[in-house]
Amino acid sequence: MLSRFANPARFMRISATALPWCAGASAAIIAVGLYLGLIVAPPDYQQGEAVRIMYIHVPAAWMALNAYLFVAVASGVALVWRHPLAEIAARSAAPIGAAFTFVCLATGSLWGRPMWGTWWVWDARLTSVLVLFFLYLGYIALVNGFDDPARGGRAGSILALVGVVNLPIIKFSVDWWNTLHQPASVLRFGKPTIALSMLMPLLVMALGFTLLFVTLLLVRMRTELNERKIRALRLNAMAAPMPTRRRPESAELAPPAALP
Amino acid sequence: MAAFFGLFRRDLRLALRQGGDTGLVLAFFVLTVVLFPFGVGPEPEVLARVAPGILWVAALLAALLSLDRLFLPDYEDGGLDLVALSPLPLELAALAKCAAHWVATGLPLALISPALALVVDLEPRAIATLVASLLIGTPALSLIGGVAAALTLGARRQGVLLSLLVLPLYVPPLVFGASAVEAGALGMEPRVDLLLLSALTLAALPLCPWATAAALRQALE
Amino acid sequence: MVNSIGAYFAMGGYAVYVWPAYGIATAVLGGLALYAWQRYRDSVRSLERLQRQLGPRR
Repeated sequence: MLSRFANPARFMRISATALPWCAGASAAIIAVGLYLGLIVAPPDYQQGEAVRIMYIHVPAAWMALNAYLFVAVASGVALVWRHPLAEIAARSAAPIGAAFTFVCLATGSLWGRPMWGTWWVWDARLTSVLVLFFLYLGYIALVNGFDDPARGGRAGSILALVGVVNLPIIKFSVDWWNTLHQPASVLRFGKPTIALSMLMPLLVMALGFTLLFVTLLLVRMRTELNERKIRALRLNAMAAPMPTRRRPESAELAPPAALP
Repeated sequence: MAAFFGLFRRDLRLALRQGGDTGLVLAFFVLTVVLFPFGVGPEPEVLARVAPGILWVAALLAALLSLDRLFLPDYEDGGLDLVALSPLPLELAALAKCAAHWVATGLPLALISPALALVVDLEPRAIATLVASLLIGTPALSLIGGVAAALTLGARRQGVLLSLLVLPLYVPPLVFGASAVEAGALGMEPRVDLLLLSALTLAALPLCPWATAAALRQALE
Repeated sequence: MVNSIGAYFAMGGYAVYVWPAYGIATAVLGGLALYAWQRYRDSVRSLERLQRQLGPRR
């Protein structure tokens, strides 16, 4: 089934039709989510209006994790099946995931300040998200850290798999660390009892964020494919002498190198 | 088998002959630990409270220092290609190099740690736990670091990149190691933390060389 | 629920936390979207220009 989508040209065609729908749907659903979260949902019994931050923070956390799983799965497909689009998908998705992670951390900090009085709370979930943020940064830095982009892509794939295997270990160790250093009851990051009026905005925002992720992913993948095509065409043009240029002393130019 | 130990001995001899690696790592460890009281103040209660963390973080950072030289010299002069072509499986070669790295860095760190524990007022009853935790935990640091070193071979800023990659991966050994020492300092039973740490190292023993070999192969492509 | 627009924006005293939170989310995600869209448009233009220069090919 995957091989049906392996063709970049086919991907470009499919994504060209899908993109406007994804973009429109994500904008609409996020708008609905904002309306539900900012206006319709009631303030919390304990946290007051500050609970509205949750409608951004929690869906962002979900996206942060799911985007990383997507990067890992795409990397696995790239390594095992050498699917040509898989590596492009992985490196396109990573910055989007990193952005969601950052939003989760920032909103978490702003949520924690009125609740617990400090600008950063070393609670288990926020700390895990912080480590996840560093996993993202490491992946992005590695993929872009080589002069040869193909090398970066391959190294990144391995790193993504190493990272995803470590995720449960890291989560466990952060939970362990947290329970050691907190008295048992006190610092559970405020999850108010979820009434339906609060669950709806959460789910709607989560859906909107997911569609936003897909939209941005398609845009970035199309950009990457375009840019590779541009590089390939430029290299071909250099090797084959053009009619308006000088005579083929330029035939000494090396033939175009094989591109990924 | 002979090839494995041959590679191990060769790497160890190189590391010790230059004296650079071991000396640098130990010096950094000592320096970091000694600087802390200047930073946090000399009150014994404060120091004793943070000593397990200080010692483990300093050991971790020191182990990090020599990682970028794990594969780079061989990569640059072609020795790594030879190792890849030899009958020794690349996974075992990676394990041999990480083992040599540990003997030259992690082991001395663990052995010197009792002296530094006194500097930061660690409870004396925790010193045995400290040495045990470092002996068990630093091999994991070398193994995980080996993966990162192989992944960053030939990158533009390998040192910084390696540190960034390794930071999230070092959190579990740090947490378990430091909490083991802390349990020991409080007079509690460190066995669970040490067991978790051992599980980490034992899991790393087969998995990390496998990932390192995969990374080395794609670096040599 | 909402007594007046002013009371609403004050968010029960939490305004300085709620609005920056929504603002940062909008800025980061919106900024990423804008940047991605910008780069996409540039790539499309460059590709079209290049294909015109090289003559009718694929």
